Amino acid sequence: MPLTVRGVRIDDTFAEAFGMRATAVIITADSAQWARQAAVTMTGFGTSVIGCGCEAGIDRELPPRETPDGRPGVRVLLFSVSTGELQKQLQSRVGQCVLTSPGSACYAGLKGEERLKLGNALRYFGDGWQISKRFAGKHYWRVPVMDGEFVCEATTGLTKQAVGGGNLIIMGRSTRATLAASEAAARAIAAVPDVIMPFPGGIARSGSKVGAKYKGMSASTNDAYCPTLRGAVKTALDADIASVLEIVIDGLSPQSVASAMRAGIAAVVRLGPGKGALRIGAGNYGGKLGPHHFHLKELVR
Amino acid sequence: MKPLVLTLRARPEQRLDLSPLVPHQLAGKTVDEIMRLALNTTRRGICVGDVFRLRMGEANSIRIEGDGNRLDMVGHEMRDGEIVVDGDVGIQAGRLMSGGRLLISGSAGPWAASGMKGGQLQIAGSVGDRLGGPLAGEMAGMRGGVVLVNGDAGDRAGDRMRRGTIIIEGKAGAHVGSRMIAGTLVVRRAAGALPGYLMRRGTIVLGVGCTEPLPTFVDSGTHDLVAMRLMAAFVSTLSARAAGLFRAPLRRFAGDMAVLGKGEILVANRGG
Repeated sequence: MPLTVRGVRIDDTFAEAFGMRATAVIITADSAQWARQAAVTMTGFGTSVIGCGCEAGIDRELPPRETPDGRPGVRVLLFSVSTGELQKQLQSRVGQCVLTSPGSACYAGLKGEERLKLGNALRYFGDGWQISKRFAGKHYWRVPVMDGEFVCEATTGLTKQAVGGGNLIIMGRSTRATLAASEAAARAIAAVPDVIMPFPGGIARSGSKVGAKYKGMSASTNDAYCPTLRGAVKTALDADIASVLEIVIDGLSPQSVASAMRAGIAAVVRLGPGKGALRIGAGNYGGKLGPHHFHLKELVR
Repeated sequence: MKPLVLTLRARPEQRLDLSPLVPHQLAGKTVDEIMRLALNTTRRGICVGDVFRLRMGEANSIRIEGDGNRLDMVGHEMRDGEIVVDGDVGIQAGRLMSGGRLLISGSAGPWAASGMKGGQLQIAGSVGDRLGGPLAGEMAGMRGGVVLVNGDAGDRAGDRMRRGTIIIEGKAGAHVGSRMIAGTLVVRRAAGALPGYLMRRGTIVLGVGCTEPLPTFVDSGTHDLVAMRLMAAFVSTLSARAAGLFRAPLRRFAGDMAVLGKGEILVANRGG
């Protein structure tokens, strides 16, 4: 039985999520603008492990008092399915997008139960002129670059407790109203620590199902939620739904994903069906694939 | 925690080797066992009971009272806990220590922190030559940990230093950071002649410069380095005065080009 809260229908369903490996880095720069620029560049093309190798996003911006070098910073989270792939993505993204960004420095953003190479992998760019510094229990590399030095902590933490694939499916009577509700949810989730929404602006319009009619396609359009296919396929949509958007959430722990989904639902409900969404659902695979089940009804309470 | 207190009865007739008086060596020992520990450095036997009055307490916190520049090897191979010395000490204070905290309220002799691997050594007074340096035949000096000297240091502070941090709030003698392999050495006030002599890698920060620079260091210009912000934050936990050196851009000299040339001397542009 769907639940209705302030006119918004909440499906009696759950988001099915998977265990992932995750890491975090703190990027600083001379200004918040350049720290953000490096972070945005690093997390670009990091929407889905299916095609990007990892899912990446900005967790939050950090004021100077919260960064190791006292400059404005940004915390970035990266998620992947294996330690090896995460190491590869971390190294190439920091190497190509942070090392290259003016005035940047990069530090560990997570303690974690294991370590991934950060500066230890990038120091070779210094071609022998890199300088190792160890103090206060930390190890840094100073790599000479054209605007001075790129300072990078030697390693960062890896957690195996991360969760990927938390999600909300937001359904409305128009594209404008559905987008407004999704934006409200994304804003609320952005304030939750230790989570990212890897899709553009936190919102995906092309939710997918597993498999396809074409050979070699591992995922294809989620036809049950495509409003234009209503009547042609077994639809999941009511007659009053004309647009559907999805928010995918990755978090460093199941608790953080649950908090994010709770915040997202609350924001959609707060906006109400008049200006926002009529209904909230979640994607799952029948509960047989992912170990983490986030039931919407429990998150509404 | 009630400390274990050793009070010097009188100035000892010979130099004493205090290396047995460290927390991990005293842990679990009775008063009698401690009083019988040998401290002599000559053929004439001297044990703890001959020169110290002992007030029993936790072995993890040792307090040594008395003016004793004949007290050598204080904190030798210390692993943990704390030793506080109320007065001067002799040679090799904190040699080979790997953890814990050694506080000396007076001055220390040569080879303090020699071969130190970890922990913290603070000397409120001044320190002799070869702070953190190796003994004859050893390949490397200090290999980790933190040394803070509130006063001045003698010649060759940081000789063959490989890792760790030395902060000297006062002046340093000649050849500071000689043959440095790596690590960080900060001298807040003036340094003597030829700092960084034959240094391969590592960082020397000078608050006021030196009496005679080496010609084998090259000027790399004045820079505001991010790494110095990190260093400043760390140093400020130990010495607010020394941390002040890092608050302005530093002039960088690379060297010693007579050897590998990957070390650096950073000089503050103002007086310390």
